[in-house]
Amino acid sequence: MLNAHFKKDLPTFDLEVDISLSNGILALVGPSGAGKTTILQCVAGLQTPSWGEINIHDKAVFSSDHGIDIPIRNRRIGYVFQDYALFPHMTVEKNVMYGKPKKGNIPNKALNVSNVLDMLKIGHLRNRYPNQISGGEKQRVALARALMTEPELLLLDEPLSALDQDTRSTLQQELLKLQTQWKIPFILVTHDVQEAEMLGDQIIKLDRGKQEEIKGIKKLHKAQ
Amino acid sequence: MIDLRGLDFSPLLISLRAVIIATIVTFFLGIAAACFVSGYRGKFKGLIDGVLTLPLVLPPTVVGFLLLLLFGKNGPLGKLLMAIGMTVIFSWPATVIAASVVAFPLMYRTVRSAFEQIDQNIINAARTLGVSEWKIFWKITIPLSWPGVAAGTVLAFARALGDFGATLMIGGNIPGKTLTIPAAIFFAAESGDMRKALVWVILIFVISLIVMTLMNYWTDYQSKMTATIGRR
Amino acid sequence: MEFSFIPIILSLKVAFASVIIVACSSIPIAGLMAKREFLGKDVVESIITLPLVLPPSVIGFMLLVFFGKNGPLGKLLEQWFHTRIVFTLEGAVIAAAVVSLPLMYQSVKVAMESVDQNLEKAARTLGAGELKVFFTITLPLAWNGIVAGLVLAFARSLGEFGATLMIAGNIPGKTQTMPLAIYFANESGDTRQASILVIIMTVFSFLVIYGLNRWGKGSKRDSRGGGNNA
Repeated sequence: MLNAHFKKDLPTFDLEVDISLSNGILALVGPSGAGKTTILQCVAGLQTPSWGEINIHDKAVFSSDHGIDIPIRNRRIGYVFQDYALFPHMTVEKNVMYGKPKKGNIPNKALNVSNVLDMLKIGHLRNRYPNQISGGEKQRVALARALMTEPELLLLDEPLSALDQDTRSTLQQELLKLQTQWKIPFILVTHDVQEAEMLGDQIIKLDRGKQEEIKGIKKLHKAQ
Repeated sequence: MIDLRGLDFSPLLISLRAVIIATIVTFFLGIAAACFVSGYRGKFKGLIDGVLTLPLVLPPTVVGFLLLLLFGKNGPLGKLLMAIGMTVIFSWPATVIAASVVAFPLMYRTVRSAFEQIDQNIINAARTLGVSEWKIFWKITIPLSWPGVAAGTVLAFARALGDFGATLMIGGNIPGKTLTIPAAIFFAAESGDMRKALVWVILIFVISLIVMTLMNYWTDYQSKMTATIGRR
Repeated sequence: MEFSFIPIILSLKVAFASVIIVACSSIPIAGLMAKREFLGKDVVESIITLPLVLPPSVIGFMLLVFFGKNGPLGKLLEQWFHTRIVFTLEGAVIAAAVVSLPLMYQSVKVAMESVDQNLEKAARTLGAGELKVFFTITLPLAWNGIVAGLVLAFARSLGEFGATLMIAGNIPGKTQTMPLAIYFANESGDTRQASILVIIMTVFSFLVIYGLNRWGKGSKRDSRGGGNNA
């Protein structure tokens, strides 16, 4: 669950954000420079909004009124970077294990690395290094790594933009499946309107910091 | 107050003469060597680069010793120069040679890495436009690597100005002839005259500061010029 | 005259001690300077890198002013620990550390700055605190620069002459390191001793340059993020 209502002053325009999301995938679509990544980074805590508040699961992670700004590492957010940001000096398995919560901390799902790797079909790559695998595989590793932290919200920054068309369609299907399995909200940033319409339960179109158009929940049948 | 009366200013003139000539020499030799090595594709590249960089890593006294072997009265270059009636060891050319040799690798390396960072596509684009290699070098390579050339020159100047060990060995600190400022600092401090040493320390700071400031202004000016011809 | 190995041993002692001091101080400083903004950062940076452009005899003069028997640090050492630095091997270590610190510092700082910031951000989103980010991401990815810096600092420490001569003097068997021994052997006409030391230093220096060039080439491909090219 996410409720975010904030403003961020950028050099060329002011970004105004008002989003709320309980489940499903929210697609943020817009041209480059529209402020999509800034929204994700504000929610994650990589950037600080100028004003407003952000609540995850009814817990305030940022509030300018109450002076709350919880550090990134305690926000329980998974973040998949545009260029994947895999650690080049660690194997796939070490990458995926990097953010695994210590035992006893969060008992709910009892995640097992092998299960997550297999679910994303990368079990056979566990001892490879990031420079030895393909772009699509890197994306799966990045997803696995983010999911291993058992996040309450997954943020994806143009996760499929660097992939070829075939890999892209496969991964689009898998993202949909993953979201229904995992039952946590996803926010997906993309510049591709088709992709947004295919994946998004909600779509927000952005232009120069303004939320222009909001399409409501239109594909409930898909989620069932 | 520090009393400047009675201070022998000859080290200042000797240092300036050595450093100015050495900086000019290393400027051209450094650029030429950088140009040669970055274009060279043969198997001796590592060896050539190693030899050209050597004075940077060698202790100054080793550089001085090797120069003594080379320019001494039995050394190959020493004999040659003797034939035209020139002695290097313990005379003022020694200060120039020592300063040039220790300063050279700094110029060479800085310029070379600047050359190698230039986008090869720009050079290739110029070639497709039918520009001669010579013109490419002066109109594209040098302006684009100007910050590196300027930095190399300042570093070479500072190193030449500061050399102590190599100059000491080949020049021999003869007051009024080969005694430079760094050596003057050493001998003043050794004889316990810390005030005299301080005068020279302040002077060497002032010279370094003036040169760096001038170079900064010049580089700012140059980069404004190059900004208009397509530098990012 | 007999060849003396003592200058070699003294030089190695000084160089190792200096490199340990330089490594322990430059890695945390470079970590702070590469990743943090604070007031007076430029001033700190200038002070650290100053010995790179200062003449060795100026550095020697400054060390004498600080550590001499009337200098602020010299007095403290004398009163509290009854030790002195001037004309001791410790003085040679300090001189070597001061001149080689900037080389190590710059090498490490450049390496840390070139670590992809997204990797550090990614580690934070995965729950890592700043120390964990530093030790598991920044430091391992900057490793090549750290090794290069260590080698440069070692070579520079081994070759230090001017500042060492001024602060540690030239006491055979006590503070006479290789560069000093070369100068004084040559001066006294002992060409054999000087030549052997010169050959050792030249071969060593050449290996350092050659090794660093090789190291730089071999490590370029692996030091950046896992983003592009499969």
